[in-house]
Amino acid sequence: MASIFQGIGAATSLSSSASFDTKKLQFSSVRSLSGKRASCVVMRSGGVKMDSDSNRIGGRGDQLVTNAVATKADNPASSTASKPGHELLLFEALREGLEEEMERDARVCVMGEDVGHYGGSYKVTKGLAQKYGDLRVLDTPIAENSFTGMGIGAAMMGLRPIIEGMNMGFLLLAFNQISNNCGMLHYTSGGQFKIPVVIRGPGGVGRQLGAEHSQRLESYFQSIPGIQMVACSTPYNAKGLMKAAIRSDNPVILFEHVLLYNLKERIPDEEYVLNLEEAEMVRPGEHVTILTYSRMRYHVMQAAKTLVNKGYDPEVIDIRSLKPFDLYTIGNSIKKTHRVLIVEECMRTGGIGASLTAAITENFHDYLDAPIMCLSSQDVPTPYAGTLEEWTVVQPPQIVAAVEQLCR
Amino acid sequence: MWKHLPLWKLLSTVELSTSITKSKAIFSSALNFDYSKPHYIKFFSSGLYFIILFLFLFFSDPSPNLTFQSLQQPKTTTDAMALARRSSGLLKPLSTASSSSLLQRRPFSTDDTTTITVETSVPFTGHNCDPPSRSVDTTPKELMTFFTDMAFMRRMEIAADSLYKSKLIRGFCHLYDGQEAVSIGMEAAITKKDCIITAYRDHCIFLGRGGTLLESFAELMGRQAGCSRGKGGSMHFYKKDACFFGGHGIVGAQVPLGCGLAFAQKYRKEDHVTFTMYGDGAANQGQLFEALNMAALWDLPAILVCENNHYGMGTAEWRAAKSPAYYKRGDYVPGLKVDGMDAFAVKQACKFAKEHALKNGPIILEMDTYRYHGHSMSDPGSTYRTRDEISGVRQERDPIERIRKLIFAHDLATEKELKDIEKQARKEVDEAIAQAKESPMPDESELFTNVYRKGYGVESFGTDRKELRATLP
Repeated sequence: MASIFQGIGAATSLSSSASFDTKKLQFSSVRSLSGKRASCVVMRSGGVKMDSDSNRIGGRGDQLVTNAVATKADNPASSTASKPGHELLLFEALREGLEEEMERDARVCVMGEDVGHYGGSYKVTKGLAQKYGDLRVLDTPIAENSFTGMGIGAAMMGLRPIIEGMNMGFLLLAFNQISNNCGMLHYTSGGQFKIPVVIRGPGGVGRQLGAEHSQRLESYFQSIPGIQMVACSTPYNAKGLMKAAIRSDNPVILFEHVLLYNLKERIPDEEYVLNLEEAEMVRPGEHVTILTYSRMRYHVMQAAKTLVNKGYDPEVIDIRSLKPFDLYTIGNSIKKTHRVLIVEECMRTGGIGASLTAAITENFHDYLDAPIMCLSSQDVPTPYAGTLEEWTVVQPPQIVAAVEQLCR
Repeated sequence: MWKHLPLWKLLSTVELSTSITKSKAIFSSALNFDYSKPHYIKFFSSGLYFIILFLFLFFSDPSPNLTFQSLQQPKTTTDAMALARRSSGLLKPLSTASSSSLLQRRPFSTDDTTTITVETSVPFTGHNCDPPSRSVDTTPKELMTFFTDMAFMRRMEIAADSLYKSKLIRGFCHLYDGQEAVSIGMEAAITKKDCIITAYRDHCIFLGRGGTLLESFAELMGRQAGCSRGKGGSMHFYKKDACFFGGHGIVGAQVPLGCGLAFAQKYRKEDHVTFTMYGDGAANQGQLFEALNMAALWDLPAILVCENNHYGMGTAEWRAAKSPAYYKRGDYVPGLKVDGMDAFAVKQACKFAKEHALKNGPIILEMDTYRYHGHSMSDPGSTYRTRDEISGVRQERDPIERIRKLIFAHDLATEKELKDIEKQARKEVDEAIAQAKESPMPDESELFTNVYRKGYGVESFGTDRKELRATLP
């Protein structure tokens, strides 16, 4: 494994143990649980892995690391018995990142519906209002347009608000504020004002939540100039991206997924911040590059197991940064494998995959041996019925079939 | 002194001297007078007329005489006394008259100590609050500053009109002439640390906040010297150091932003307020009420100022709003209706509102104002209202005229001096336009600057990281 990393190059950012853990994913039945917040995908960070030092990636003592770079085997001290780091769920990781940033900078504040006394509808802000007060963790009325505008106005004055949409779909009401004021103010004021907001919230297809609560807004926001978009998928990158987004002076939209909140992983104790514009190499490979993000990463990893059994060696990259794309990592991968499969949860029309296809075709056309395949959700409103909902999103068998077709 | 002579008087003297010989004939034919000439010339004998004419010519221009006299005396406020002084000036001996010509300029605007009390045109109407009193204290310096600033603003907007028509300004251009009193009165009541945010009719507010004419015109023409480096345009004027937050194109979107500014002020425990301005058209936006609810909930120091010019683009207020009493729309939030064409009423209201907001939370001010131009330069402004209405308002309620009358009533300047101020405004505006025209268009690289801030190393490389396509600052 280590040799493969050296082959890829030092500039490629690698995540920590989480990326290796996905190989050992144990998926429970996806239909067993119901309810808004339930995520039945429990990821156990296995004990023994190929590299015993993989847990130390990302931090050295008190040093703040901006790039999560793979460390080589120079710290063999950690044994399997005393694992460093601590285990937590994804929403707890988000909360940890948030809390650390609020502790560090008094200008960081949170506003959203039910973030204060209720503790957040997904418990991301639980306990923060008791600690920091009602003004800093602000319970807003149900008025997305105006409290997003309020957050942006506060950011113009120097605060660093985090605006939570209870569900990403509700932020459609605030589209005007996000597009015109958030994205464009820095430009139209000639650089006078900066808008360091973080707009976050869960999106994506959940467990039979219905059409309006299962929206993927990354495709709508992607062409707004001036904003950055990131999608987290593991507790490790959730915390890192949250911290990076808060520290960034640009408006960042952080896409979380309803079904990933209960993912469990061991993350380092030390403080770490990830790079907002870098993609994550989940599983290096040789035959085909699979680009994915958010929940589809887990479907891809599940399909990867089947593919490995069939003799294929897929390279899985979690692109993480939806705007701008990390074309460097992606490009290097394409130059190696010459085949690309994009697996996303967005709609087919005008989605992230569509833009990524265009970007790859423009830049790496000569390196491709086969046309780019893009697997996305169907262009339909998400139905309520469980079986129909399953067919709306991409499932692992489809991914396997697509890889087989690509690698023919 | 001869400069003051109207031409007809000069001609009549010439004509008289030539007709002295004809005087007897003239006198005899008194009944057959020629209507083409002022008839009283024919009636007086030449000598008598010449003496009277001589005296008349010397005292025909009372103004330099009068104000010089008035400057020596302490100022009081009644018109009657002013009139008395005016009449007494006519009888002053020639010595004063001859020296009056030397006093073309004298310092009129430096008096900061005497207090003048001005009554606002109409009393304030309050909703859920006690309106402030009608008497406003001011000083001569403030009066003259009001006049000067409003003259500059008016001149700037008229110049922008002609620049737009000569296609140097493109796109949208929303002019503020007629509404200057709102900006001027507000500035007089607040500091530069209080925030102002408004919609797209922002040129004069930018000027009031300390923006220069050059920055305004350059931005309107899209040049580098503009306040937003030419990338914003007419609707995006900003001035961060003076806490002027723009300049927003989408109607009503600035109101939540303004409440956000007030939130930040409360968060940081500053003793300042935010004036969030919007129009009667935006008063029907939902986000306004959402923002008002939140501001009232958390006692944010936000003052919502509705500049009611009675037309939301082409729709009159009674056709768009079931209840055009915008100051009452806040329900539980107190409101005040103000005559927006009276700068002193605006000043008093803003002072009152600032005190209120710091203690009790939001308040709505409705400024009853009027715009002479159409909604923007592409709107003639006469399809939905009559020209009589526009000229009627201009005659009766024009803010600059009101200040001018006040200045005359308190003898702070002569008409000529005010005209000189207006000429100075015109000159400076023309100079600023010339300077702005010389400023270059933005560089091509400016297309990519200021999209992102250099936060976490946002650099856009080519895909191989070999070629640096753009460094986003």
